[in-house]
Amino acid sequence: MGFPVFDENAHLFGQGYLTTVVLSAGALALSLVIGTVVASARVWGGPIVQSFSRAYVEFFRNTPLLVQLLFIAVLLAPRNLNVTREPIVAALIGLSIYTGAYVTEVVRSGILSVDPRQIEAARSLGLSQVEALRFVVLPQAVRTVIPPLGNLSIALVKNTAIASGIAATELLKVAGIIESRTGLFTPYIAVLVAYWTLTLPLAWVVSRLERRLAFAR
Amino acid sequence: MIEVRDLHKRFGGLEALRGVTMHIERGEVVVVIGPSGSGKSTLLRCVNRLETPDGGEVIVDGRSVNDRHTDVNALRKDIGVVFQSFNLFPHLTVLRNLTLAPMRVRKLDRATAEERARKLLVKVGIPEKAEARPTQLSGGQQQRVAIARALCMEPKIMLFDEPTSALDPEMIKEVLDVMKALAKDGMTMMVVSHEMGFAREVADRVIFMDQGEIVEQARPERFFQHPEQERTKRFLQTILHH
Repeated sequence: MGFPVFDENAHLFGQGYLTTVVLSAGALALSLVIGTVVASARVWGGPIVQSFSRAYVEFFRNTPLLVQLLFIAVLLAPRNLNVTREPIVAALIGLSIYTGAYVTEVVRSGILSVDPRQIEAARSLGLSQVEALRFVVLPQAVRTVIPPLGNLSIALVKNTAIASGIAATELLKVAGIIESRTGLFTPYIAVLVAYWTLTLPLAWVVSRLERRLAFAR
Repeated sequence: MIEVRDLHKRFGGLEALRGVTMHIERGEVVVVIGPSGSGKSTLLRCVNRLETPDGGEVIVDGRSVNDRHTDVNALRKDIGVVFQSFNLFPHLTVLRNLTLAPMRVRKLDRATAEERARKLLVKVGIPEKAEARPTQLSGGQQQRVAIARALCMEPKIMLFDEPTSALDPEMIKEVLDVMKALAKDGMTMMVVSHEMGFAREVADRVIFMDQGEIVEQARPERFFQHPEQERTKRFLQTILHH
């Protein structure tokens, strides 16, 4: 090929894109699990469990994501270094915990939107509290949480850019590297387009889901 | 079958139950009537521990309901409850509403549960609605599904908490008919209701409650024709002559 520099840069860009996708998908999955568990604990747990889940939400929701990522990067550092060698792992953990706090609040409001008499009916049939939640409350809560969760997942994709602050080689970081090599601004335009290729389909999927799960009360 | 001894329950400053003692025999149909706020729904809800009493004891089928060692889920398997507001699960089809608990709690396989559910839908007169969503049904149909859902667990006792109070008048009969058929089949039933016709026709015994106490109880013919207590007489007058 006649443009080895271009090839190399395109390859790097592709890797950055892939990292952003993996970070987004991984953190989304993890934050959904965290959010559902913590929200359930917040609504149905004992007083101690409740205060822990509240503290989690308030702590991670009220400090900047970049600061949290820096702390995690330092915490994960091996003994002979003062920062982690795996910034992508640190970013995945940080994004999951941070987004999980928001998911918790969304799922909690979803749970509270379900008529408590639904739990009464389920428990009266002999279902345990956990079964009542799993088969009766959460499926109904899902319907109300899909639109706000859609917003959160789009925000999450965009927040992956903050991981460049701890040197995770995702899209933005990669664009910076290419810019410093070539002196061109074009990588940043490519970055914008690349984010759109993720967020626009995501928005479409969310609105599809919303329509599919809609049913009259 | 149901044994209630000196039951007390308060909600804040309100004394909902003030020492209620009663029993219901196997196969007996007991209708509990009384003005609103008389404690009749609270009494019913104590029977399967939807409410926890402050004092006294409830024994169902030999098991002490509020004993720490009693498995409340196991107890509730045997007690069907029908609520005023139906409380069907709106995200599930009618058939799934019926099969959820038998499959999860009684561990029936899907085929057995569905067969049982379809039979019950025939029994309550709406076999064609198996695949419908609860919200697509009329109130009367929803309540009949709720009865079928409770019966699908093959309970020993059925509790009805004002089952017709949320229904339009023209739908009350279809629900009462299902309840009458159930009574005829020998089901043990505790019914909190304002349906005096049903009480007169189906009940083995009528209990009148007022201000958290049982004022009077008797067989229906005696209860309606020769009430003994002043409070019962006044109550019957207000509801029969309106």
